[in-house]
Amino acid sequence: MRFILSSTAILALTLSSVHADWLQFRGPDASAVSTEAKTPGDNLKVAWSVDLPGRGLSSPIIVGDKVFLTAASGPEQAILHMFCFNAADGKKVWERSLRATGRTMTQSKTCVAAPTPCSDGKRVFALYSSNDLFAFDLDGNLLWLRGLTYDYANASNSLGMAQSPMIVGGTLVVQSENDSESFTAGIDVNTGKNLWKMERPKAANWSSALALKDGVVALQSSKGITGVKAATGEVVWNYADGASTIPSSALGGGTIYAASNGITALMPENGAVSQLWRNEKLRPGTASPVVVGSDLFVINNAGVLLKADTKSGDDDSKFKLRLKGPFSGSPVAAGKRLYIVGERGTFQAIDTASPEGSILQEIELTNKDSKDLVLCTPAIAGGAVYARSDKKLWKVE
Amino acid sequence: MKLLPFLLLLSSPVWADLATSLDALRAVSKEGQGNEAATSAWSSVSQAKASDVTKLLAAMDGANPLAQNWIRAAVGVVEDREGKTLPVAEVATFLKDTKHSPEARALAFDLLQRHAPDEAAKLTPQLIEDPSADLRRHPVAKLIEEGEAALAKQDKDAAAKAFQQALNGARDEDQIKVLARQLRALGKTVDLPAHFGFLMNWKLIAPFNNSERKGFDEVFPPEQKLDFSATYPGKGKDAKWQDFTSTDEYGKIDFNKPFGMEKEVVGYAAAEFISKEARNAEIRMGCKNGWKVWLNGKLLFARDEYHRGAKLDQYRLPCQLQAGKNTLLVKCCQNEQKETWTVEWEFQLRICDATGTAIASAK
Repeated sequence: MRFILSSTAILALTLSSVHADWLQFRGPDASAVSTEAKTPGDNLKVAWSVDLPGRGLSSPIIVGDKVFLTAASGPEQAILHMFCFNAADGKKVWERSLRATGRTMTQSKTCVAAPTPCSDGKRVFALYSSNDLFAFDLDGNLLWLRGLTYDYANASNSLGMAQSPMIVGGTLVVQSENDSESFTAGIDVNTGKNLWKMERPKAANWSSALALKDGVVALQSSKGITGVKAATGEVVWNYADGASTIPSSALGGGTIYAASNGITALMPENGAVSQLWRNEKLRPGTASPVVVGSDLFVINNAGVLLKADTKSGDDDSKFKLRLKGPFSGSPVAAGKRLYIVGERGTFQAIDTASPEGSILQEIELTNKDSKDLVLCTPAIAGGAVYARSDKKLWKVE
Repeated sequence: MKLLPFLLLLSSPVWADLATSLDALRAVSKEGQGNEAATSAWSSVSQAKASDVTKLLAAMDGANPLAQNWIRAAVGVVEDREGKTLPVAEVATFLKDTKHSPEARALAFDLLQRHAPDEAAKLTPQLIEDPSADLRRHPVAKLIEEGEAALAKQDKDAAAKAFQQALNGARDEDQIKVLARQLRALGKTVDLPAHFGFLMNWKLIAPFNNSERKGFDEVFPPEQKLDFSATYPGKGKDAKWQDFTSTDEYGKIDFNKPFGMEKEVVGYAAAEFISKEARNAEIRMGCKNGWKVWLNGKLLFARDEYHRGAKLDQYRLPCQLQAGKNTLLVKCCQNEQKETWTVEWEFQLRICDATGTAIASAK
């Protein structure tokens, strides 16, 4: 019996490692925390890099031995690319190039390839600021497509959209929240048709959803955070005290650490949500907060990493670590370490366990004189960290 | 190309399966309608032989943008698999036939660039007056290079000739800006409003009330009747029509100039446009305020986004001009925001064909 249990445990651990891919923006449940047993080690180096066309700040996602990434090129960024690279050596496995059917106008710093694609392990779903949505199998065969601005003519944001889709069960949750025809839809992953569509606050929104237990997604907007059943679109609970439209919230142990009035800890339970604490001094800049163990980490607008206790919300006055920012992307975590890349291309591995925090390693991904900014949130898979700029995709391990 | 002729074209038994599958791709429409059938059909179409590639391209003719993307993806798979055996001569013939859709011909040119670059280069100069704005970019870029090379040799006449030829063909703003700068540096006159087809002469009336942004939906008198001699009670003052001629070379119609920097207000702009004939056209708008556009009393589009940015051709509104007089009415709404980047209360509007070629009013 002991042998059987041990084998089962080993098998479970093995399966966990095999299947713990990075399938969406900020990885598992959009928590930004890797669940893999294998974490990036010390002395990280650039294993490979590949050239990319046009523009892009979406994150790569990793499914097994494949890395998927979007980009947009052409004078109006109307050529929408979906790439599949071999994770081992960066060689291109396939590429599809389709055309935007929606508006491609964005503010100059962001771009059309801003939302991160997502996968259910069998398919990849690519969304762009133009509201074009493509479903491919892992071999690059087109399964279905939508043009959400073709469908809903006022669903666009002249500054550009960046909300990343996520899959919960058989539902692809797509947010298209803007000043005009603002909505979130649950889309059938098999057919691309709407399972449900709900009106959302008429306000530009760049924050992405979190995946909670029981198939509920937390949708953040300027009005607050709403728990919605991904399968049906049914509203389960609503927190109406406002929230940020740029950084997304963090998730840890079932608690939402909402980017709302600083940070507000929310516990969704039994069809309701309760406030655990609020710390108005913890003000995330553009980067989203992240939970590592029992600690919450926030990067403020000055590029300083702050730490707070997840149970009380009390900030650790000793822990103030100035990073090499500014940052448009968010930190991701594996073990006790955080990984982030500054806009000017400085990859930083951060030790969160030391009392004041420390930067363990820096790697300059771009040339110092380069105008090629790194605006993405990294991804972690197989003990490696992936990041991209407009011009390059890097694997660091 | 309509569906029936397309089916006739592919009526031989050899093509029947392919034609049926392409029909399924062409049948997709809004909200995922037709996706299930298209998924299955796409598998079949993507297995087409390289020799069938112009059949795939032809299926893009008259197809909606979603269907075009389905077909484009299939062409990509065929190219990946059999790119080396693509029928280059057939693709070139397809490209030259301007009856095919601009999108399909642009894809044909892309195929030639990748698999027969010499042929693509040979055809490039012929694309300067092409119905496809995408295709025009290639000869325009080449002429810009020629002009810059001539400048480097101090041959200003040759440079001006190349730049002028390029400008005549250019339809994209980025290339037009470069060419206008180069030509002006050479002492040449460039009339950008005429090149783009901006409407410069309008009658304006303001200010109506847009408190709490409610004016966007409220029907004020100019939406019911255009009476340029009328005066209406406005927000804090009477609203009267007045003539306005833009002096901005990008055709900006700035309500702040005649009416002051008001907030929470609505203005209207009316213009006449004389068309020589009944024809398809596009009204292209750039505006960072809430706005609506009517052509001959018919609402073309309405958008209630404020201060998120504006650009040339931000919105393309396909329309039908009637022969003779056409009346345009624009509603332009300013909101309550006070930030320095929210002072603009303006729009730009041009009338052109689908390529972006200006259509001038006959009077």
